Amino acid sequence: MSRQIIVPFGPQHPVLPEPLHLDLVLEDERVVDVIPSIGYVHRGFEKLVEKRDFNNYVYLAERTCGICSFIHGMTYCQGIEQVMGIEVPERALYLRTIWSEYSRLHSHLLWLGCFADSFGFENLFMNAWRIRERVLDVLEQTTGGRVIQGACKVGGVRRNIGSEKLAEMNEGLGIIRREIEDLTNVFLFDSSIRHRLKNVGVLSKEDAYHLGAVGPVARGSGVNVDLRKTGYAAYGKLKFEPVVETAGDSLARCTVRARELFASIDMIHQAIAAIPEGPLDVKVTGAPEGEYFSRSEQPRGELIHYVKGNGTKFLVRSRIRTPTLTNIPPLVKMLAGCELADVPVIVLSIDPCIGCAER
Amino acid sequence: MSYMTKSPWVIHYDASSCNGCDIEVLAALTPVYDLERFGIINTGNPKHADVFLVTGSVNEQNRAVVKNIYDQIPNPKVVVAVGICATSGGVFRECYNVAGGIDKIIPVDVYVPGCAARPESIIDGVVTALGILDAKRQAMKEKKSENAGNRGDVV
Repeated sequence: MSRQIIVPFGPQHPVLPEPLHLDLVLEDERVVDVIPSIGYVHRGFEKLVEKRDFNNYVYLAERTCGICSFIHGMTYCQGIEQVMGIEVPERALYLRTIWSEYSRLHSHLLWLGCFADSFGFENLFMNAWRIRERVLDVLEQTTGGRVIQGACKVGGVRRNIGSEKLAEMNEGLGIIRREIEDLTNVFLFDSSIRHRLKNVGVLSKEDAYHLGAVGPVARGSGVNVDLRKTGYAAYGKLKFEPVVETAGDSLARCTVRARELFASIDMIHQAIAAIPEGPLDVKVTGAPEGEYFSRSEQPRGELIHYVKGNGTKFLVRSRIRTPTLTNIPPLVKMLAGCELADVPVIVLSIDPCIGCAER
Repeated sequence: MSYMTKSPWVIHYDASSCNGCDIEVLAALTPVYDLERFGIINTGNPKHADVFLVTGSVNEQNRAVVKNIYDQIPNPKVVVAVGICATSGGVFRECYNVAGGIDKIIPVDVYVPGCAARPESIIDGVVTALGILDAKRQAMKEKKSENAGNRGDVV
């Protein structure tokens, strides 16, 4: 047996936009063990529920993560609404769905770009981010914010989208769709990319299930879980099928996300066609008493916001369980036995969002 | 920008940010905003960097890392604090695990406010930093020639 050496990976590393530290135990070029250590982005704001009232905490919930901020805010609001028994107006539910899916588009395009960067395809990174700007433009025009939207509140939404703008968005999606087709064709059919991703970081269906993989990591390994099927917001009224691939390697996870882009565009089209007229919010009176696990499908997988109130306007406890945290054990499994040069690709293939994971 | 004789390279580090500013820093480098037109490249290596872009409110575990990266960047160097968290701690300033602004750890030259800071303001901040970088370089040059002159007197 050759001698083992430990190579530190991170916290500051060119492929990592965020700090994560991995100790890679190597035998020659092969990774035999991985010891992850986290804590570089832990801010501890769950404790701030004691200082901010439940309406103001939406702003903090949104800032769990700058990439899927809208979905964080929405999931928290759903939790409070369930505890307090608030009926959210239909139109607000549809608007939440539309913004959620735009967030997913922007998150997946961001990821495709970063993923291309991780295997050294700079041009593809630039192209993915160029298309992403179109999605961000729509988010900015409709909510006022590019990455932190602040559009969701307990009891509804803050802003309306007029019918003219909805029609414009419908048209704009056509352009985005064509550009995404060109982009994903490169990811899925380019021979050098396929060569780079195929059979890299394989996660079997059993492992994905038992290690608690969620989102595209689970769906890339053939586990059919998609929280949108539970029908929160307006998802119950939209027709869609979860995107599932069975190979379980990096290419499969990439394919899942690429195909989800088109699924998201379809869902936005459906939501725009079906959105009813009506009020945007209901008045919130009183304070939450009780507890609730609010679940939703974030671009990275299942997100849980647990809220517990005691009848005052300050919550007793907020707990956020994010998809990246649950995807770390599967990541460790994928990394064991891989080549050192594949580590950046495999780490990126779970779409790590450390800002979420550590809060 | 013609007065710049060298292409300034930036290094970016996330010191406990929510990601919002980080993705805006990256967005500033991509085609729509294109920070690279100023000859700026995002490098992963502190030893190649001139401009240090820091985001986030610095938690306890990150203190040493931020200091370490700063020390590895060769002089002259400038630090840009991107976003309100890096400036003062922002919404997280009351959290038990954050130090507050970056300026509690390392000296900061330019503050870019915003939550999240917009790519336009990040570009503005970096371009301002380039002016400061040039002034620092000039000052170093003068000091060097002064020192050389002093040595001449002694000999």
